[in-house]
Amino acid sequence: MFEILTKEMLTPIICRMKVRAPRLAAAALPGEFLIVRADEKGERIPLTISDFDREEGTVTIVTQKIGASTADIIAYEAGECFADVVGPLGQPSDFVKMSPEELAAQRYILIAGGLGTAPVYPQAKWLKEHGVPVDVIIGAKTKDLLIYVDEMKDVCDNLFVCTDDGSYGFKGMGTNMLEHVVAEGHSYTQAVIIGPMIMMKFTTLTCKKLGIPAIVSLNTLMVDGTGMCGACRVSVGGKTRFACVEGPEFDGYEVDFDEAMRRQGQYKSEEAAVNEKHVCKIGRG
Amino acid sequence: MANRIPRVAVREQDAKVRATNFEEVCYGYNREEAMLEASRCLHCKNPRCVTACPVNIQIPEFIAKVNEGDIEGAAAIIAHDSSLPAVCGRVCPQETQCEGSCVLGVKGEPVAIGKLERFVADETLGKATAECAPSNGIKVAVVGSGPAGLACASDLAKWGYDVTIFEALHKAGGVLEYGIPEFRLPKDKVLKHEIDEVKRLGVKIETDVIIGKTVTIDSLMDEEGFKAVFIGSGAGLPKFMGIPGENLCGVFSANEFLTRNNLMKAWREDYLTPIHAGKKVCVVGGGNVAMDAARTALRLGAEVHIVYRRTEAELPARREEVHHAMEEGIVFDMLTNPVEILGDEKGWVRALRCIRMELGEPDESGRRSPVPIPGSEFEIETETVIMALGTSPNPLISKTTEGLEVTRRGCLVADENGATTRPGVFAGGDAVTGAATVILAMGAGRTAAKAIDEFLRQ
Repeated sequence: MFEILTKEMLTPIICRMKVRAPRLAAAALPGEFLIVRADEKGERIPLTISDFDREEGTVTIVTQKIGASTADIIAYEAGECFADVVGPLGQPSDFVKMSPEELAAQRYILIAGGLGTAPVYPQAKWLKEHGVPVDVIIGAKTKDLLIYVDEMKDVCDNLFVCTDDGSYGFKGMGTNMLEHVVAEGHSYTQAVIIGPMIMMKFTTLTCKKLGIPAIVSLNTLMVDGTGMCGACRVSVGGKTRFACVEGPEFDGYEVDFDEAMRRQGQYKSEEAAVNEKHVCKIGRG
Repeated sequence: MANRIPRVAVREQDAKVRATNFEEVCYGYNREEAMLEASRCLHCKNPRCVTACPVNIQIPEFIAKVNEGDIEGAAAIIAHDSSLPAVCGRVCPQETQCEGSCVLGVKGEPVAIGKLERFVADETLGKATAECAPSNGIKVAVVGSGPAGLACASDLAKWGYDVTIFEALHKAGGVLEYGIPEFRLPKDKVLKHEIDEVKRLGVKIETDVIIGKTVTIDSLMDEEGFKAVFIGSGAGLPKFMGIPGENLCGVFSANEFLTRNNLMKAWREDYLTPIHAGKKVCVVGGGNVAMDAARTALRLGAEVHIVYRRTEAELPARREEVHHAMEEGIVFDMLTNPVEILGDEKGWVRALRCIRMELGEPDESGRRSPVPIPGSEFEIETETVIMALGTSPNPLISKTTEGLEVTRRGCLVADENGATTRPGVFAGGDAVTGAATVILAMGAGRTAAKAIDEFLRQ
């Protein structure tokens, strides 16, 4: 069992939890993810690791309510336990494996969309700690859906925030913000884009236009997360890759986003049926 | 003469009824049936069945005990060589092992050794039979809680070792849990008891630990004080055909389909994991996994076709599973090989484009190899395609452990005792051989247990 130590709602539907998982915390690196199964009847849900503390033996997860299973996860309170928390899964970000010389030549722009801001945080933190220039763009539909704005300020050189409706920061999407920032004279050697599939697709296109290499982190369907099921397969450069063990980060220029989006929706009708019947555990005694 | 008695038929759930539920197909023998079947054994002086059993269970001896009505005595004899009899009695390919070499089978029907083993195991389930030596305090790690790991761990625990099994999934059992369906191997009724018995011996099982990611073998040995490690991580990576259309929606690996259904219990309304079978399913392949996927899809309400490139005679699945699948109404499209999966405008499977095959010359496996008939392509309309083409070992461990060699096919290199290329690290089961059977994995686990014991005594 994995105890939830703290819980806070970052928005009405996004929740941050610190969970005790010492083995996982000791091994975690930026770019990796984990899987939570809330209880015996729950799904195995891949979630991003938004922070980890090796000494404390904890990992921080950020979950957005999307369907029945994520609703169950965010209904848990501090002091309660998840049945399973397993990881770290996937490959760490490329920069983790770079030599100091390689790192010295980099200028990163991390572009986060919505919930994707959570996994961007440990990446920015790692880069900042290693003295690599790093700017961050956070985009959300509206002010109420922005997360990690204050935390991010401490771990990057320049933070740019935008909302689709202009309720906070720059008015526009991440793609507009990026073009604006580059037009202002900022230049980057590498972009990392994490957010909804559609946002990653269009932000990759903007990066391509601006000549910035782009890495994306794919949130595909998964069951085991260890390479067993193949539900996460994506076409990258015309080859089938398993996002769980070979990813989740891939060269955005090479990813077939349209296929990835279709595959992500494969269980939509089954999930709709579950959501209709499912009694959410929020408010259970 | 004893062998005039015909083989005692085993009671089964009616094919039409069972095609709509996940209850076990075979009811097994009752006491009278088992004793009658046991009386058919000729007690050969040189029992070929024992030699043909990968773990050399003393078959005539346990059958003699059944014949006498001493079921606990029979269980003790089996327990000497097998730690998972209730499982093996159900899933072993007896027709190519013990029963395949039974003398009675030459002219008639062999003794139903598998069904007798199952009867003995079921009768004594949960009644402890094995004893442990006093603890010697030496820590051994076992990676994976499938048949190889469970067998290795229980032997070591019996000899007094302090054994911890590390399991990547949330539940122990490996392929017995995620791969083999409930209707062939009931989880709570059977598997749970056999795993509980391993725990009773003092084996600790730590789930949610992925060796190679959560911790490495190096850290287990260098930092956590494990003196030896057994790797029984199986062959979990699914194979695909590499034909166009395999990434369409509605194409699944058998591993995904079965894991959703078995481990995640998607067939039960009260579990949240979704599964998609649709109205019509084509399962590509002819092994046990193909049969399991096909029969699972059938139970989820689909019309199911098995698409296999050779003929019925070459199907690698257990004969009983093929027979059961046919009884249940699964259509067998033999000498048929997919060449492409066709999609609709929304990116979902519409049809499977296949080519007719004919059998040519025997290949190195002795089976006649299938050859495509030019110009014979045709389409099978289908909603779902499940690829059951075999699996290969997961590279997570070999890639993160210093000094572990693998073959070109990704299998761990190990000698006949299970010793790998790294001192203190042993391996067995599918991780070494590639996908094989439960009993072979169990045998390899036990052989490695002996080698680990010898290694640690030095």
